[in-house]
Amino acid sequence: MSARKGTAAQVMPEAVLANDDIGLATRLKLYRMQVEMRDFEKRAYDLFLQNLVKGTSHLSLGQEAIAAGFGAAMRKDDKSFCTYRGHAHTLARGVPPESVLGELMQRDNGLMRGKGGSMHLTSVEHGVLGSYAIIGAHLCIANGSAWRAQYLGEDDVSVCFFGDGTTNIGAFHEALNFAAVWSLPVIFVCENNLYMEYTPIADVTPVEHPAADRASAYGLPSIVIDGNDADIVYRTARAALDKARAGSGPSLIECKTYRHSGHSRADPAKYRPEGELERWLERDPVKIYRARLLEFGVSEDEIARIEQESRRLVNAATEACKAAPPPPAELLTTDVYADGVWSWRN
Amino acid sequence: MAELTYRDAVAHAIAQEMERDDRVVFLGEDVGKAGGVFKATVGLHEKFGPKRVRDTPISEQAILGAAMGAAMTGLRPIAEIMFSDFLAVCWDFVANEFPKLRYMTAGQLSCPLVVRTGNGAGSRFGAQHSQSVENWAMMIPGLKVVAPSSPRDVVGLFAAAVRDPDPVIFFEHKSLYAAKGEVPDGEIVDTLGTAKVVRSGQDATILALALMVSRAIAAAEMLAARHGIDAEVIDVRSLVPLDTQTILGSVARTGRLFTVEENPRLCGWGAEIASIVADEAFFDLDGPVVRITTPHIPLPAADNLEDLALPTVDRIVERVLRAMT
Ligand SMILES: Cc1ncc(C[n+]2csc(CCOP(=O)(O)OP(=O)(O)O)c2C)c(N)n1
Repeated sequence: MSARKGTAAQVMPEAVLANDDIGLATRLKLYRMQVEMRDFEKRAYDLFLQNLVKGTSHLSLGQEAIAAGFGAAMRKDDKSFCTYRGHAHTLARGVPPESVLGELMQRDNGLMRGKGGSMHLTSVEHGVLGSYAIIGAHLCIANGSAWRAQYLGEDDVSVCFFGDGTTNIGAFHEALNFAAVWSLPVIFVCENNLYMEYTPIADVTPVEHPAADRASAYGLPSIVIDGNDADIVYRTARAALDKARAGSGPSLIECKTYRHSGHSRADPAKYRPEGELERWLERDPVKIYRARLLEFGVSEDEIARIEQESRRLVNAATEACKAAPPPPAELLTTDVYADGVWSWRN
Repeated sequence: MAELTYRDAVAHAIAQEMERDDRVVFLGEDVGKAGGVFKATVGLHEKFGPKRVRDTPISEQAILGAAMGAAMTGLRPIAEIMFSDFLAVCWDFVANEFPKLRYMTAGQLSCPLVVRTGNGAGSRFGAQHSQSVENWAMMIPGLKVVAPSSPRDVVGLFAAAVRDPDPVIFFEHKSLYAAKGEVPDGEIVDTLGTAKVVRSGQDATILALALMVSRAIAAAEMLAARHGIDAEVIDVRSLVPLDTQTILGSVARTGRLFTVEENPRLCGWGAEIASIVADEAFFDLDGPVVRITTPHIPLPAADNLEDLALPTVDRIVERVLRAMT
């Protein structure tokens, strides 16, 4: 896309801008978030290869539009629940990259001071009520948070992200039925990236849309969206959030997307058919969104500024985390019970 | 002071906590309108309404997940799992989710909830509705594990469990629901991790839990009356935290330790206590620690076989005599 200069008004017809339900400020935010997620995860991967990111790491490269779309649509007091593939969702709520990277590097400056690791990112302050590494559990847990809101008359919404593979576990079905019958303010967001770990979801699921095709079984509308378009995700998120806030119950949204990298760690994803990745790279959410900003009249310079700022942020986080110490030994036995004592004996 | 059944004590304890704190909510299968399969929650739905006493689908994972999500965001849920055997259906929550939340989040989140569940044999229900599974829960760091033996303790320990900042699994014994006992008027709140000496004695220490407490007391009475052996009986009440001070103190005086466990022998809670005593009070012992347990079997349904499986008063007497004479 060639550089188009000028203000938005010069490029977009007045009518389009007037009817634009998203607005330029939000669009810039959606782009910034996606770029930061992308830069962060690429860096996390580099650091993994250098053995500085420890344990495991599940990247969501290619799936950024979903985290960004919801992140931009959610209110500060809304709660999010994610999986082991939760870097982007955590960043999307405004958690500083340094805190997330510190946790991936298992340093004392990490979100949980190295006690949780990459699969358990939590920042209560930002409404990130945890990442859950056992498939399906957090759909049930998100219901509980939504139940609390309903019970106390609070109007925050609990949003729960999970993969297509999760739709075949019992907890998915229990959670949906439970949320629907209690009319809970919860949104279940399935990121259908076509694979569970290494097996295509289609090989192990008899319906085309593993989440949405089952929605009607729980009295919910079937919603399938393009999960690579942050505008579409944002609009869908807003509608579902409004519905939940108004007391009209849960939603299930299936976002079609694709992960550019392997399932976890250094998985080279050899199981993917030739050409598949390339076709999806055409639909890379960051690329799509960049082009859209240009269409809306945002200048190359402004876009470049966002990109540079993101790189600066990730570089600074990397340096800070490299310099951070490992967690102190006394953390080993704290926070097992409320009194901070690990002993089970009196 | 009122005489209540263990079953009524459960409903009374729940009501006491719900009256005290609006954040206390209660959910489970058939717990509301139907009053619970064991009728241990009769009247709560009428008293507190469907918003606070909620019937759920048959979805053990959804029940415990909802309790956890509510607990970590500010409510004080009580969840019922109808039979403790069914904890296996939602074991992810018991083993992986509640107890690890505080640790994994470095103290950002906590999970103050109570899971109540019908535990234990005696109803001839067979191997999938009769187990005593407190050992399953005992080994998990982050959980607390309580099993009351009397209506009074149901009330006192339940209040402590609901007010506790950590997740508690509260094992109610199915064969005790009809048992009667005095419950003092007014609020009773016990401390978790306090065992109770329910019969004092000089010659031996017998530890028991839940249904086995009354059998241990009956055995001690028989030992005293017929054999001149004066046994102390301790109701352990709570496995986590465990009141090792009371146990070790008693063993230091009596020199003999017996455990009466309604669970398969392998890895029973008595094994852990025997290990602690061997480790820390070996020289107080005048003989080996003796464990009286069920055999390592699934429980049979037939009444004669089920009776054979569980420790009986006669078996306790016989094992104590064999060790001490
Ligand atoms: C209960 C359970 N079973 C298996 C696993 C191992 N596992 C980790 S990720 C994964 C695939 C999940 O696929 P999906 O839900 O599509 O999510 P994605 O990884 O694509 O984001 C599996 C099977 C697990 N963590 N939990």
